[in-house]
Amino acid sequence: MPEVAIAGFAQAPNVRETQGTTNGVEMLVPIFADVFARTGLSKRDIGFWCSGSSDYLAGRAFSFVSAVDAIGAFPPIHESHVEMDAAWALYEAWLKIRMGEVETALVYGFGKSSAGQLRRILALQLDPYVVTPLWPDSISIAGIQARLGLEAGLWSEKDLAEIAARSRADAAANPAAQVSGAVDVAELLDTPYVADPLRAHDIAPVTDGAAVIILSNVERARDIVEHPAVLTGIEHRVDSPVLGARDLTRSPSTEAAAAALDLDGVELAELHAPFTHQELILRSALGLGENVRINPSGGALTANPMFSAGLARIGEAASRIHSGEARKAVAHATSGPALQQNLVAVLEAR
Amino acid sequence: MKQLAAVLGTGQTHHRARRTDVSMPGLLREAIDRAMADAQVEWADIDAVVLGKAPDLFEGVMMPELFLADAIGATGKPLLRVHTAGSVGGSTALIATALVQSGVHRRVLTVAFEKQSESNAMWGLSIMPPFHMPVGAGAGGYFAPHVRSYIRRSGAPEHVGAMVAAKDRRNGALNPYAHLQQPDITVESVQASQMLWDPIRYDETCPSSDGACAMVLGDEAAGDAVPGGAAWIHATAMRTEPTTFAGRDQVNPQAGREAAAALWAEAGITDPLSEVDVAEIYVPFSWFEPMWLENLGFVPEGEGWKVTEAGDTALGGRLPVNPSGGVLSSNPIGASGMLRFSEAAKQVMGRAGDYQVDGARTALGHAYGGGSQYFSMWLVGSEKPA
Amino acid sequence: MAVSAPEILSAPLNVGFDYTRSTGPVLGHFVNALRERRVEGIRGSDGRVHAPPVEYDPVTAEALTEFVPVAEEGTVVSWSWCAEPLDSQPLSRPFAWALIRLDGADTSMLHAVDAGSPEKIHSGQRVRIRWADETVGHIRDIAYFLPVDAEDTTPTSEPPPVAERADGAPVSVVITPIHLKYMHTASLEESRYLRGLAEGKLIGQRCPACHKVYIPPRGACPTDGVPTTDEVELPDTGTVTTFCIVNVPFLGQRLKPPYVAAYILLDGADIAFQHLVLGCDAAEVRMGMRVRASWKPREKWWTSLENISHFEPTGEPDADFETYAHHL
Repeated sequence: MPEVAIAGFAQAPNVRETQGTTNGVEMLVPIFADVFARTGLSKRDIGFWCSGSSDYLAGRAFSFVSAVDAIGAFPPIHESHVEMDAAWALYEAWLKIRMGEVETALVYGFGKSSAGQLRRILALQLDPYVVTPLWPDSISIAGIQARLGLEAGLWSEKDLAEIAARSRADAAANPAAQVSGAVDVAELLDTPYVADPLRAHDIAPVTDGAAVIILSNVERARDIVEHPAVLTGIEHRVDSPVLGARDLTRSPSTEAAAAALDLDGVELAELHAPFTHQELILRSALGLGENVRINPSGGALTANPMFSAGLARIGEAASRIHSGEARKAVAHATSGPALQQNLVAVLEAR
Repeated sequence: MKQLAAVLGTGQTHHRARRTDVSMPGLLREAIDRAMADAQVEWADIDAVVLGKAPDLFEGVMMPELFLADAIGATGKPLLRVHTAGSVGGSTALIATALVQSGVHRRVLTVAFEKQSESNAMWGLSIMPPFHMPVGAGAGGYFAPHVRSYIRRSGAPEHVGAMVAAKDRRNGALNPYAHLQQPDITVESVQASQMLWDPIRYDETCPSSDGACAMVLGDEAAGDAVPGGAAWIHATAMRTEPTTFAGRDQVNPQAGREAAAALWAEAGITDPLSEVDVAEIYVPFSWFEPMWLENLGFVPEGEGWKVTEAGDTALGGRLPVNPSGGVLSSNPIGASGMLRFSEAAKQVMGRAGDYQVDGARTALGHAYGGGSQYFSMWLVGSEKPA
Repeated sequence: MAVSAPEILSAPLNVGFDYTRSTGPVLGHFVNALRERRVEGIRGSDGRVHAPPVEYDPVTAEALTEFVPVAEEGTVVSWSWCAEPLDSQPLSRPFAWALIRLDGADTSMLHAVDAGSPEKIHSGQRVRIRWADETVGHIRDIAYFLPVDAEDTTPTSEPPPVAERADGAPVSVVITPIHLKYMHTASLEESRYLRGLAEGKLIGQRCPACHKVYIPPRGACPTDGVPTTDEVELPDTGTVTTFCIVNVPFLGQRLKPPYVAAYILLDGADIAFQHLVLGCDAAEVRMGMRVRASWKPREKWWTSLENISHFEPTGEPDADFETYAHHL
């Protein structure tokens, strides 16, 4: 089975509101051009296309169909779609290359969160009989999870503010970041609660964005980039949806995915944590030591484009392997409320 | 490099206009429990779950695989959710197949469903964004003009559509799970039914159904252990093209032709009409049977209607098409593609009951979606591929 | 770049439906008990009592059947403060979301606590159900929770819609209205075309790669993946390539059947679009028929193809099949 590598990555500017449409075409066309330019490939070189997006984000049934215009899908293409973060579309593409069906794949994700009221829309991910009819919003649920950890002594409000401050400072070096800058932890702690116990800095921004990754088998990747980022392992698991029936301060699905992977020697981690406390849950679940650099890109707290944020974590980790900055990295993506479903990918330089 | 994969067992629900006797989890479990019993597996044997369904708006649940995780036995396991419009049931099966063919998992549960009575399918398919001209009249209104084009291009006589409808509904009467059971329907009664979107009549139109379909796929060792023989997956293919573009052939889309060509090539089939014993193809409006027979390469362009008219696609004919009753008899949109794939598997496993095609050894499962732009298909056989 | 540039057209898109959900046996049992102001949990494979009940066990996936009554009082496990409630939430005044473990249950339920202020709620606090004034068999029969010692308060929501059922029959369907508001934006290319329509013009766009003229234009040419650029003003005459006669009423339909829904290939365009053909008997419409737009009165024009009320026959001879055959 051939090894699969990441040969290219590009992302749209992460903004509060794109002028483009909910079908993503305006965000995708430039980044397809960008990733093709970087890799020297064209659409004819792509064996399989796979995307991640959500109809409910767009308010349109079949909203992913129009996105295909961005590809120029004629002659016909080998293509599929998941209604999940595009990190899972990457998983599907990885399978196709592993089994030799194709040599290259292009994976993309997109979402225009600003089109609707995201907090409200996400209530539709919950149990439709006994939870959604109450319309709990995503931030309130995260707040409940955060308080459990605060009261158990697993983290403090200061720990959370430090994560926010570090993320924003790191994001200053990321041209795609939406939020960035130097902030003082004490100043952050002095701001009012948005959803007690969460303050504004604990919560990812609402972001419109898109991302694209080109995968290929390792041989091809070597022609494209000097240090291909090889996917040496990729696992994903899901937890029970019943929020009141599991310990929300842990992420068993992340732990299970990690247990199936070799994370020894990981130097940096791009974790898809839209809330500060969730970074701590994930660190613990992945068993990452103090010396592992977390979210050098700034992470989801500085840009959280729904349905491409997880893919972007993989792309950001891969970029640092491409640049020679790291030799082994882990990237993570999440789906659902309170870290219900998680994907973990290990990337290594070859 | 691709490892062998097989269908170990299948299951489906009783498809009805409104399954008000069950919740969504209950609907899925009816199909899943039957599939796991048919495959003789327990939950501990399942390595991963792949769920497919059409737009979330039909049920008003966003990403339902999340709330369904416990019910479909996915908690603690890998779970994927595929959405490729109407072809989704088929593409879901193909992703599940890839999980086995790539050697990642040994046994995978795959399930597709729609409980569209919770809203209204026509409403869901007709929502217009602002600035658009509201001409659309659901799926039937979308496809009827292209059916007209086919009739014009091919010179097919008008009764061909009614022949397909009568055949598929009579077949459905042999299928205890089918939504519509019409053993006494005739070509004449179809032709007398109300015209809905000229040239498509009421009896030539698929119903709106609640239903689910599930399969358990396994690797070579698991396939070898199936009593009576597994359905071995010989070939798979999927292709996409844009919904509309200048000069697009809406009647005989290139994406469908290329998917079929890739399928026959992988399966080593050069004359599908002779070498395939039975076909379950996605026919939601009667005329799609002759159209897809051409698109799939069974016959040259323009000749599909002759095969239908000659009775070749009836049970007992040279290429029975949709012996299960097809989409014309049951159409839970997200599940219909998987029903085609699983009915093909049942044929080569000898498990198709009253609509079993004698001696069926190779069978095609086909699905399409969107504006006839997404195509997914597989070929299964009672023997392992050479 | 300015967030709402003047070139882009936008309009609200509201998507809503009152979803009718059949409950099945377990949730049916639960909501019927709620209607009677009782709470029933269910025992899981590991002995834990789940309240609210779950139909399938999180550990073994087996179907659960053993109901266990639980109390109307319980303990707050955790909470967060909702200072600005959103549409349809349990209360319109600020409240706490909380996980609440009812006495007798081992799992907690997500619901609202009308504590009054964040200072008046804490984890470990004892709370009680405040039932809706009218219970119908729905999770919202629990209007919200109150601290056990607090005075009763007034609910701010109406009961949800109720499905019809036979006299004496148990509740087996719950109705959940889901209404979402979106702001739809047209692409830059589509916006130019729509502004043209507001002036009575049909403006197509040519793809710089394949040179085909698209109307309506799109954000990217579907075969080349690049934005269409050069504007091409088109006449309002064209050919019917194919069509159907719509004879069926449906939810959301705005026109009274029967009517002809046709693909119109405007002279000079390389792709047909859907519109209506009226002004003659539906049975007279033919593939290849020549048509002209019939515009609404100018004062009714806005940025929409609806400015053209329909297309009607010009009376010219039909176009040869070969001239439009490749557009079918």
